[in-house]
Amino acid sequence: MNSKLAIRDLNIHFGDNHAVKNVAMEVAENSVTAIIGPSGCGKSTVLRSINRMHDLTPSARVTGTIMLDDTDIYGRSVDPVTIRRRVGMVFQKPNPFPAMSIYDNVIAGYKLNGVLKKGDADEIVESSLKRVALWDEVKDRLRTGAVELSGGQQQRLCIARTIAVKPEVILMDEPASALDPISTLKIEELIEDLKSKYTIVIVTHNMQQAARVSDVTAFFYIGELVEIGETRKVFTNPEKKQTEDYITGRFG
Amino acid sequence: MILRSITLRRTANLSATLLMGGATLLVLLPLIIIFYHIVKMGISSISLDFFTQIPKPTGEAGGGMANGIAGSAIMIGMASLVGLPIGIFGAVYLTEYGTGKLATAIRFCADVLSGIPSIITGMVAYSMLVVPLKGFSALAGSFALSLIMIPIVLRTTEEQLKMVPATLREASLALGVPLWRTSIKVTLRSALTGVITGVLLAIARVAGETAPLLFTALGNQFWSKKLTEPMAALPLQIFNFAISPYEDWHRLAWAGALVLVVLMFGLSLAARWLGRSKHS
Amino acid sequence: MQNSAQGIKGDAIFRGFTLLLACSIIVILLLMTAEMVKESLPAISRFGWRFISGSTWDAVQEEFASLPYLYGSIVSSILAILLATPLSIGTALFITELAPRKVGAATAALVELLAAIPSVIYGLWGILVMTPWLQSTIQPFLIEHFGFLPFFRGAPYGVSMLAAVFILMIMIVPIITSITKEVLMAVPSSQKEAAIALGATRWEMIRMAVLPYGRSGILGAVILGLGRAIGETMAVTMVIGNTPKISLSLLSPAYTMPSVIANEFAETTTKMHASALMEIGLILLFVTLVINFLARMLLWSVTRKWKGGVA
Repeated sequence: MNSKLAIRDLNIHFGDNHAVKNVAMEVAENSVTAIIGPSGCGKSTVLRSINRMHDLTPSARVTGTIMLDDTDIYGRSVDPVTIRRRVGMVFQKPNPFPAMSIYDNVIAGYKLNGVLKKGDADEIVESSLKRVALWDEVKDRLRTGAVELSGGQQQRLCIARTIAVKPEVILMDEPASALDPISTLKIEELIEDLKSKYTIVIVTHNMQQAARVSDVTAFFYIGELVEIGETRKVFTNPEKKQTEDYITGRFG
Repeated sequence: MILRSITLRRTANLSATLLMGGATLLVLLPLIIIFYHIVKMGISSISLDFFTQIPKPTGEAGGGMANGIAGSAIMIGMASLVGLPIGIFGAVYLTEYGTGKLATAIRFCADVLSGIPSIITGMVAYSMLVVPLKGFSALAGSFALSLIMIPIVLRTTEEQLKMVPATLREASLALGVPLWRTSIKVTLRSALTGVITGVLLAIARVAGETAPLLFTALGNQFWSKKLTEPMAALPLQIFNFAISPYEDWHRLAWAGALVLVVLMFGLSLAARWLGRSKHS
Repeated sequence: MQNSAQGIKGDAIFRGFTLLLACSIIVILLLMTAEMVKESLPAISRFGWRFISGSTWDAVQEEFASLPYLYGSIVSSILAILLATPLSIGTALFITELAPRKVGAATAALVELLAAIPSVIYGLWGILVMTPWLQSTIQPFLIEHFGFLPFFRGAPYGVSMLAAVFILMIMIVPIITSITKEVLMAVPSSQKEAAIALGATRWEMIRMAVLPYGRSGILGAVILGLGRAIGETMAVTMVIGNTPKISLSLLSPAYTMPSVIANEFAETTTKMHASALMEIGLILLFVTLVINFLARMLLWSVTRKWKGGVA
């Protein structure tokens, strides 16, 4: 498989705090990579660096390279907006736009950029909602507010919103941690399904979830990448002692 | 303190409680009295003529403050045209990029500026517009009002924008929407009711301003035909009529005060209502 | 999507544009100060220090000095603050510590309304209701019983320093109260609970935990109120009698800096007269700048509003 993302010498500082240290890893195309580790290990920080979300934090400093195909995400002439269109993100807490309807939320990426034809919109909304298996649940009330949906539905709506703008990579920051078990299951099924078209990187603190959904697992500890490998191998026969301690529940 | 007798401590507690309650009553009492007079005098003096007529010469009964109401509306409108965008987008800067020393300086200047007596704003508007244009004008009045508006709108808008959850901005940015579009279409849009609340309060504040109009708009007994002419304003008319010796004019002043107070409370009730419906 | 280069460029333009508008605040402040200084220069160079030490104000002879106005402003504001401060702190404590939630909220809302009433309406009420009442009741009473004091000598005019002090007090109480309320609400409840747990009565809790914690903030609120009182124009102009005379008696008419500007500025005939009024404005600006600077420093240290930005 081709490498979709290649991270090299990634260091992230927040002021004096060295949050991520010398991380190097690759993510294969059309795979699911899970990032696990105890809280505060820098896993979300790494994830957010992949679509330059740290640009918004003045104290944050990111060094190193992250290649998205042949583009250096932190290259001098690279527009973060272009990167974010290629690398979408789903957040921990569902965050649909409260002032918008379900319909408008799906096409928010286009609407907010002011580029969309009416005919295209209907098609994008339907195909995106079908893709996240939400279409049948909401097709009769597309014009109602998105906040009226349940938490699980909101999160699937957010995923639909993300895939509507046709990204290549989807980053998921603990996408099911605020949801009930049934909704979580649906999200996990969805991840499995989305893999055929997208490259997915998911941060989770739930090891069972990582084991269920991912092909590759990366274990982080205090800002460093301890181990990365095929998920089954990491969970059954880890190379490092720290990894073993963590997945067997001895710390974290 | 613990060693003092319990009776003494209870007495101290009781007297302090009574003093605080008494202070509150003393503070609210004038409010009630002032209201009583404005409502009583205002209602007995107000009529349809008040809204349709211009003031009559002294000695003639009747007349109204139609030109003052219109003048106030025009000047507040023009001041808003300049003051609101500056205040609102200045606040956007403070919210999106405002972490450095410059932003702190801007916030501080805004707070200090809103404490400067409005009569000084009037003097500045006089020397910057009235002198060069060779005459008192509605333009100069609007300019003075906009200077008063800007710091108020800036600070209230910033407060509102800061309350927009970061997750919404992130959602938009992660969709590949540039920061500037996110600011306008997500951050400002989400805080819209709050921003409008702030705008209403700022308008309420300048609607009652008199001192900055004294030597800018000057006032006018008649209808103004041009923005470069002196223009009547409701608070100016209330002032001029209140200090006059004529009973008829006093009655008009009371009626004007009632209209102004109703407008004020209408605006701040609307603001309050908007603020509440947002939180529910 | 088509417009992919708009990010960097659009954001730079937007940042520059909003920065420009935000900076207008600083520009306005500098411009106002510069304008006032420029326009005052003729008076400053002609009269020098005599402008604030003398008491002649003669537009015909073009001899201007501002002591009576300074005196009137200072005395009226200080007395108003002295009366308003205990009332305001009491009311703020009532709202935050004493009253049941709903009563407190209603009182706070009323106080806010009081703060929203325009100054010209206070003036209207002051001149048509309060001063006649002072003239017929309070002032004769003071003259009869306290006339031996220099503060209560003279005839009951109605319009007077006393009227200005009263109207100012009524006007600044809501301002000091609402800011003090904000300050008191910022006192952490752990502080109060600690005092209560030690067996303190409510008043002891206020004295031990609330007031010391809010001290600098309350001081800031009071100073801000002082700034308002000194700059207050319309209501004072309408009730103070507008007589440039320095008198110990509170029953005499007096004059303040903003009042003389309000009354004379639109009708100046000579450049020097206008410049002298500008210089009074400059003094007023300087005083209020210093006062607001101090007050905001004190208040910011309590409410920490400068810590904006990214969550």
